[in-house]
Amino acid sequence: MFYREAGDFSTSYAEDSQTFPIKFDRYRYYLVLFLAIFVVPFMVNDYWVNSLFLPFLIYAIAAIGLNILVGYCGQVSLGTGGFMAVGAYACYKLMTSFPDVSMLIHVLIAGVITAAVGVLFGLPSLRIKGFYLAVATLAAQFFLVWLFNRVPWFYNYSASGQISAPERTFLGFNITGANTQAWATYLFCLMFVIFSAYVARNLTRGSVGRKWMAIRDMDIAAEIIGVNPLRAKLTAFAVSSFFIGISGALFFSIYLGAVEVGEVFGIQKSFLVLFMIIIGGLGSIFGSFAGAAFLVLLPVALKIVGVDWLGWPTDIVAHLQLVIVGGLIIVFLIAEPHGLAQLWRVAKEKLRLWPFPH
Amino acid sequence: MKDQADGYVTADGRQIGPVVMEMKNITLRFGGVEAIKNISFDIRQGEIRAIIGPNGAGKSSMLNVISGFYVPQEGEVWYKGARRPAMKPFQVAQQGIARTFQNIALFEGMSVLDNVMTGRLTHMETSMFWQSIWKGKAEREETENREVAEKIIDFLEIQAIRKTPVSRLSYGLKKRVELARALAAEPSILLLDEPMAGMNVEEKEDMSRFILDVNDEFGTTIALIEHDMGVVMDLSDRVVVMDYGKKIGDGTPHEVRNNQDVIDAYLGIAHD
Repeated sequence: MFYREAGDFSTSYAEDSQTFPIKFDRYRYYLVLFLAIFVVPFMVNDYWVNSLFLPFLIYAIAAIGLNILVGYCGQVSLGTGGFMAVGAYACYKLMTSFPDVSMLIHVLIAGVITAAVGVLFGLPSLRIKGFYLAVATLAAQFFLVWLFNRVPWFYNYSASGQISAPERTFLGFNITGANTQAWATYLFCLMFVIFSAYVARNLTRGSVGRKWMAIRDMDIAAEIIGVNPLRAKLTAFAVSSFFIGISGALFFSIYLGAVEVGEVFGIQKSFLVLFMIIIGGLGSIFGSFAGAAFLVLLPVALKIVGVDWLGWPTDIVAHLQLVIVGGLIIVFLIAEPHGLAQLWRVAKEKLRLWPFPH
Repeated sequence: MKDQADGYVTADGRQIGPVVMEMKNITLRFGGVEAIKNISFDIRQGEIRAIIGPNGAGKSSMLNVISGFYVPQEGEVWYKGARRPAMKPFQVAQQGIARTFQNIALFEGMSVLDNVMTGRLTHMETSMFWQSIWKGKAEREETENREVAEKIIDFLEIQAIRKTPVSRLSYGLKKRVELARALAAEPSILLLDEPMAGMNVEEKEDMSRFILDVNDEFGTTIALIEHDMGVVMDLSDRVVVMDYGKKIGDGTPHEVRNNQDVIDAYLGIAHD
C-alpha cells in the first residue's frame, strides 16, 4: 500500500546493487538527508544539540565502526572505549601541536592513528577467536586507558590530568571551546556521520565486505576461496578503529570539551557501543544508527516520562534505565539477534504485500 | 583410447590435454598414522578424474593436500609444469584451484548471489580506497564480475533463489550453490569432495548433469571424490583407487573395474 516495489525494475546490475534499490526507500533517504542538513540546523537549540543530536551522531559513528568489526567480520571487540580514547588523545595532541591546521584534518588524522593502533591490537585475532579475542581486546581497553592516565606527555603535563579542547574554528565558526554555536557543531558532526556511513556502506557491499562476511560466516571456507584471513581481519580492525577514532575525537573535542580518560572512555563505553549494535542490529549500517538513537533517546525519554510526568525520584529512573537496557539485550539476543534493523526489514517485507498478503 | 604424451581422446571424442597437476610420491602422516602412503598420479587438462576408495582410504586427505590444508611430509606437488612450494589454502585458491566440501561450507549469513560473488574475489582487485568511493572503478569491477556470476547462476539454474539467504535453502540446492561459488572463480582445476553425498536419485542425476556440462562447456578440469560407484564409472575419464592410504589402481573406469586389487578392496577377499 504505502511501500511497494511494483513497477520498480532494475535494468542493470549497477542499479540492482545500489544501496536503496526501491524507489520509495531512496526518496525517503533523500528526504531524511535534506531534513538533517537544511532543516534541523535552523530548528535546534543548545539543549537539543547537546543532549540528543551530538551524542546520537557521534555514537552512530562509533557504532558503525564497531559493527564493521563485530557485525561484518565477526571479531568480537571490547576495546571500543580504549580506541575512542586513542582518537580523543590523538586529536588533542594534534590540536595543541598544530593550532593552525583545520579541525577536519585533525579529526581524520586522529582516525588514521587509531586505525594503526587498532591493527596492532588486532594482531591476536589471527590466532584466537570468540571469547578469547574479546578478552584480548579487553586488555587493549585497560592498557590504553592506563597509558593515557600515566604518561603525562599525552595530556601535555596538565595538573589535573585532564585534556580540554582549545577553541578552534571551522570555516569561521567556533566548533570547540566555550563559545560554540549549536548548529555549527551539529553540522560538523553530521558531515562525519554522512562520510562514515557512505564509506562503510560502500566497503561492506563490495569485495572487501564480502571478504569480511566470509571470514565471519566460515573462516575455513573463506580461505579456500582465496581470502587471506590475515589481511581481511586486519583491514576490518583498521577500518573499524578508523571510525571509532573519529568518533572518539569528536566526542572529546566537540561534545564534551574536556575529558578524564578513565571516566569517559572506560569499559562502560565499550559495552555501551556494543549494546548499541546488538540492539540496533549486527551487520547493518542502519542498525548502527537505530541502536545509537535508541540508547541515546532512552535515558532522555525515561527522564521525561518518569521524572517530569510521573514525578518519580531520579535515582529510581536511572536504575530503571539499567534494568530496561539489560532486559532488552537479553530479549534481542534470544528473540532477534539481528536487532532493530531486522525488525525494520521484516516490517518492510510485510508492508510490501499489505493489505493482501496472499 | 590412445595414450599420448600430451593427452588422449576419450571414448566420447573429447580431447584431453597435457598434465596440469602431478602428485609425486606423496606421503602424509598424522603422528604415527600414515594417511597417504607414497602416492603418485596426475590430472590432465580437461578431464574428469575421480578418486575413489572405501572409508578411511585417504581420499579427502589427498584433496586437502591438493588444496593446501595439509602439507605432505614427503613428495612433491607439480602444478602447471612447476613444483609448488608449501602454500596456504588461500594462495592455492589464488592459483586457480577451487573446491567444494563434503559437508557444505557456504556462508550462511549471505544471500546466494553474495555467496557466488565471493567466488569472484580472486578476480577483484580494486583497492579499498576506490571501493570506499564506489562510483567509477569499484562499481565497474562489481558489474563485470556480477555478469560472470550471473552466467554461472543461469548455468546452474538457481536464478530464482538469487537473493535468498543461503540458510533457507534445501540441502540439494546448497550443494548446487557451493558448486556455483567454486565455478565463479573460473578455476583451472575444480575439486569436488563428494558432490553427491546425501542426495536422492533425482538430485544425483541433476548434479551429474551439471558436472558433465561444466566440463563440456567451460572445459574445466575436475577432480572428484565420490562413493557412488555407478556415478563415478559413468562420469569419470580416469579413476584413482585408494585403500588404506595406498594407491591400488589407476586407469579408465573399465580397467579399474576389472582390477583384482580393486575388487578385493570393495568386495573383500575370502580369508581361508
